[in-house]
Amino acid sequence: MKSPLTLEPLFHVGPAPITEPVVVAWAVMALIAGFAALSTRRLALAPSRSQAAVEILVSTIDDQIRGTMQADPAPFRALIGSIFLFTLISNWSSLVPGVEPPTAHIETDAAMALIVFVATIAWGVRSRGIGGYLKTFAEPSWVMIPLNVVEQFTRTFSLIVRLFGNVMSGVFVVGIVLTLAGLIVPIPLMALDLLTGTVQAYIFAVLATVFIAAAVGERREPSADAAP
Amino acid sequence: MNDLIQAVSIFSAALAVGLGAIGPGLGEGRAVASAMEAIARQPEAAGTISRTLFVGLAMIETMAIYCLVIALLVLFANPFIK
Repeated sequence: MKSPLTLEPLFHVGPAPITEPVVVAWAVMALIAGFAALSTRRLALAPSRSQAAVEILVSTIDDQIRGTMQADPAPFRALIGSIFLFTLISNWSSLVPGVEPPTAHIETDAAMALIVFVATIAWGVRSRGIGGYLKTFAEPSWVMIPLNVVEQFTRTFSLIVRLFGNVMSGVFVVGIVLTLAGLIVPIPLMALDLLTGTVQAYIFAVLATVFIAAAVGERREPSADAAP
Repeated sequence: MNDLIQAVSIFSAALAVGLGAIGPGLGEGRAVASAMEAIARQPEAAGTISRTLFVGLAMIETMAIYCLVIALLVLFANPFIK
């Protein structure tokens, strides 16, 4: 049986081997970018149908960020929204026959968790200054410094393994059932995969929001309460 | 020697998944039971409750998934099998 932890390169670009998840991830990125470019090309005050649909999506993401962070979602919308959409569409890409979701391989998840890790530090430093951000490691007292440092890494690692494990186990189970029984039998499991994929994308985005919110701190922006 | 390690790896992978599923199973059962009770008492809050329930279930399920990942590591990426 093929190991879910190893990858065969499909082709080489110069010295760099390109594997299947990379191709699928770029396809998903191109899909999202193309859809975003198309749907925002002719923005009108009285929205058309497609614009209204995109607005519902954006305002839902905004509401979630505002509910979690208690702050103005505008600076975080791009990152959190992209993470959510990319994870969701990657998880659902298994619906296309022959495509394995890129999130079912640990490298893609590691890349996204690394982005969250760097973004957490960057936003923490930007909003508190380097000294202020380092000081948060000594909260509530200096005894907690090693624990807080270790936590930074373990929570990133658990972010990786959570997404990887959930999506990979779905793919794995469908593969096993497919070798046992024919055409129709794996369909309920695939439907369960769609639910798991949605929930995991949501959780990944929410956890990223929580981490960034913890790094940015309690400083409430005045526009947060004024916003509807 | 390698055969012995392989046999033990397969056994321990099965053990990891089997034992690791007990705790999350109990936890998920309790979570679903209380969610059902809450929905029965307040049917109008069913939407919020089930959304929170799904997220909570996914969090609990992650514990079992960790065990599965360990089992797969033992089976496919065992550092002690040459």
